[in-house]
Amino acid sequence: MGILEVNQVYKYFGGVKANENISLSVEQGTIVGLIGPNGSGKTTLFNSIVGTHPIDKGSIKFEGKEVSELPIPVVAKLGLLRTFQQTRIYGKLDCIQNMLISHRHIEKGLLSVFAKIPEELNDKAEKLLKFVGLYQKRKLRAGDLSFGQQKLLELAMALMNEPKMLLLDEPTAGINPTLINGIIDRLIKVNKEFGITLLVIEHNMRVIMSLAQKIFCLAHGQMLAEGTPEQIKNNKHVIDAYLGAE
Amino acid sequence: MSRNKLIGYGLLLVFGLVAPFLFPAFKLQISIMWLLVVLSLTWDTQGGQMGYNSFGNIMFFGIGMYVCSSFHIGMFFSLAEWTEGGGEKTFLHTSLQYFQGLSVGLILSGIVPAIVAALIGYGILGLRGHYFAICTLGLGIAMGEIASGIELIGAGQGMTTPPWPKGIGGVELRSQFYYYLCFALMVITFLFLRWVYQTRFGLVLNAIRDNEDKAEAMGIHTMRYKITGWVISAFFLGIAGGLMGNMIGYIEPTEIAFAGASYGVFMVLMAILGGKGTLWGPVIGAIVFHIFKEGFWIFFLGWQYVALGLLIVLIVVFFPEGIMGWLREKFPERFGEVIDEADRKAQVELE
Amino acid sequence: MNGILLGILFALIAYGMALQWGVMNIINIAQGELVILGGYIAYFMFKAGIHPAFGIIVSPIIMFFVGWFLYKAVISRVVDRDLFISILATFGISIVTQQLMNSVFGSDVVVAQSNFGTLMLFDNSVVLPYVKLFSGVVSVVFALILILYMKKSRLGRAIRATAQNAKAAKILGVDTEKVYAATFGINAALCGVAGTLIAMTFTLHPYIGLPYTVRSFMIVIIAGLGNLPAVALSGVGLGVFEEFADFILGTEFRIAAVFMLLVVILVYRRFKLSKKREYLK
Repeated sequence: MGILEVNQVYKYFGGVKANENISLSVEQGTIVGLIGPNGSGKTTLFNSIVGTHPIDKGSIKFEGKEVSELPIPVVAKLGLLRTFQQTRIYGKLDCIQNMLISHRHIEKGLLSVFAKIPEELNDKAEKLLKFVGLYQKRKLRAGDLSFGQQKLLELAMALMNEPKMLLLDEPTAGINPTLINGIIDRLIKVNKEFGITLLVIEHNMRVIMSLAQKIFCLAHGQMLAEGTPEQIKNNKHVIDAYLGAE
Repeated sequence: MSRNKLIGYGLLLVFGLVAPFLFPAFKLQISIMWLLVVLSLTWDTQGGQMGYNSFGNIMFFGIGMYVCSSFHIGMFFSLAEWTEGGGEKTFLHTSLQYFQGLSVGLILSGIVPAIVAALIGYGILGLRGHYFAICTLGLGIAMGEIASGIELIGAGQGMTTPPWPKGIGGVELRSQFYYYLCFALMVITFLFLRWVYQTRFGLVLNAIRDNEDKAEAMGIHTMRYKITGWVISAFFLGIAGGLMGNMIGYIEPTEIAFAGASYGVFMVLMAILGGKGTLWGPVIGAIVFHIFKEGFWIFFLGWQYVALGLLIVLIVVFFPEGIMGWLREKFPERFGEVIDEADRKAQVELE
Repeated sequence: MNGILLGILFALIAYGMALQWGVMNIINIAQGELVILGGYIAYFMFKAGIHPAFGIIVSPIIMFFVGWFLYKAVISRVVDRDLFISILATFGISIVTQQLMNSVFGSDVVVAQSNFGTLMLFDNSVVLPYVKLFSGVVSVVFALILILYMKKSRLGRAIRATAQNAKAAKILGVDTEKVYAATFGINAALCGVAGTLIAMTFTLHPYIGLPYTVRSFMIVIIAGLGNLPAVALSGVGLGVFEEFADFILGTEFRIAAVFMLLVVILVYRRFKLSKKREYLK
């Protein structure tokens, strides 16, 4: 059984079938891609998985545990995190503070809300900022960073939380093309060395083909195809979906 | 702490301690000023630090005021009879009774509002943005209206607070006594909040302000922090209310206790004027505002509220970052904001 | 019966607020004060010997310019900032207006006598002052006029376009500044009409503006921004509720009931939405 099991999930928004009978499975320790033309329901699926909204039908299991009924903070605490397509960071705080607050806080008792932030966390935060190349900008306000830089910060923040699995929503969108190779390397490193399972939404085919061991393709809210990068690349349905042939 | 800061704190402490002797005619005014600092600081915990703009924090102030005097009186006499008199007080506290009652009253005036905040927090703090603002506005005013209808605490007429006991000094001692209580409350509130903002708690509040959804998505149980923050504010606000009631000598439901249209709005204004989201902003804002207000009363008597309303509009429209915000723009280095141009322009490099 | 007629009046004020909120994203805390101000215009007409019913023509005209002025002076500067700033700004306007009215008009409670007489129905068991009937009818008429205007006139269409997408409207040549100013003016005018009716039917006092603001806010959040029939219905519902509360709890608690209803509605909404893991936007 995979670390993430999505089973026959349906999600409607009024009359719109955003996700229809979606089933997929992600093996622990792998990198899996989620592709599909715009509007195919990829981000909706992410939202469903982490609990941003309830699903209408189906089941979502993380490490064997049903998570579709759980509130977002609880799911996050279980080790399932996601990044956002339109970056979400804490604009008025500086990068270091963004990192510090992202650390997973173990709550012990009533007064733990007033715990002071341990010094060691600062080192960890700086290390991770270096990892994504933002060390020099660590004292700047997060809101002043460019879109691409905010994306990197978001990645660093997620890593700070030491998740078991990370859902990445278009991690290279808006990133300077010269940096994309560096990002690919780092994501592979994150997967191999930190042991984090990755499920990645991507539009950049080059990126996803080099990253993923398995790819799922959505179209019009339904699962269109699944397979290895090679299989997907040559899958007629996938090609048609992207080129709009209907 | 840097030398400058220590000197600054020291000066303020000294000023606060000797003020009643330097400006004996203004004791009451300065006492109120310290209470305004408490009002503005506690508002900022929700408004500036957490991004939840409450127009109803005054309800804790009012509850505290009523609780303090109700117990102060009720411990020794019949509250109903006291308020029925409407001014004819035939009850007099002995010195011991007065201070016993006041101590109990003040402690409860902090605890009861805190409990109220804890109880309604889950419902009310689930609202966001303008809904939270207007809901709290409604709550604050509703409480004033409800208090106006309860006979036991004097209904629309309100009630007088216990007079200073005979035999232990007169007006001088009384005003000095309350002055130091107000100053002490302000100092305690300030130090407590200063400590809190340096812990993870403070950072969580800021995270909630900047992006509540992100905070939740990162595993923070935001509701716990929201409620805790409100409870803290309610506690200090309640005690401030208790003190204010005793200093004025008279509690009236809609103008003095649940003064939604005056102090309820002032606390928002003071924090914004000084710079919301900072520690010193609300303090400076409260002091400056108080000076303005007293000035308006003297120079614009009859039109002081109009002037005050105009001030609100002017601040909101032209000066929303407040004094601290303006200072930050002018002297960023003083605030630890190291804007190294090289850093700012640097491209991200991944080797 | 009272409640229904009262409710129609509330709905009129609420529609003005909804208009502003939808077009410019401004929640006007001073709405109640504008109503009262409009009422004072009618009162002064009454004092001057003119029958206040003509206020329904005069008041909106004057109030339109008041609204236009307020827009240019204050609101235009806070339109594109966040909602909290606009709430505070309109709060400031509300305080200034309240206090100005107090200083200029005095704080006595006044009425603009209409002397319309009363209508007796069902063997004198139902007593209906004509003035209340008049209020109800006028409110409905004005609401209809407004709907027609918004549908047919160029300005009306411009307003609706701006409400849907201000940027697009601008590109297509709509002068959004003018639209915003006009919207605020129309809202003020509506308040003027409502104020006149209130001056004749009830009482005027510089400080009773806020409850009207809260009522219209409540109606708007229940009914939603675009939906006129819903606004009318919610308004009526509120009017009936208030009469009930007055009857059961006593007049001293009437205002408290209104504010508490607001709290109850918001909290109820909050819990219902949280089931879907959403929140009120």
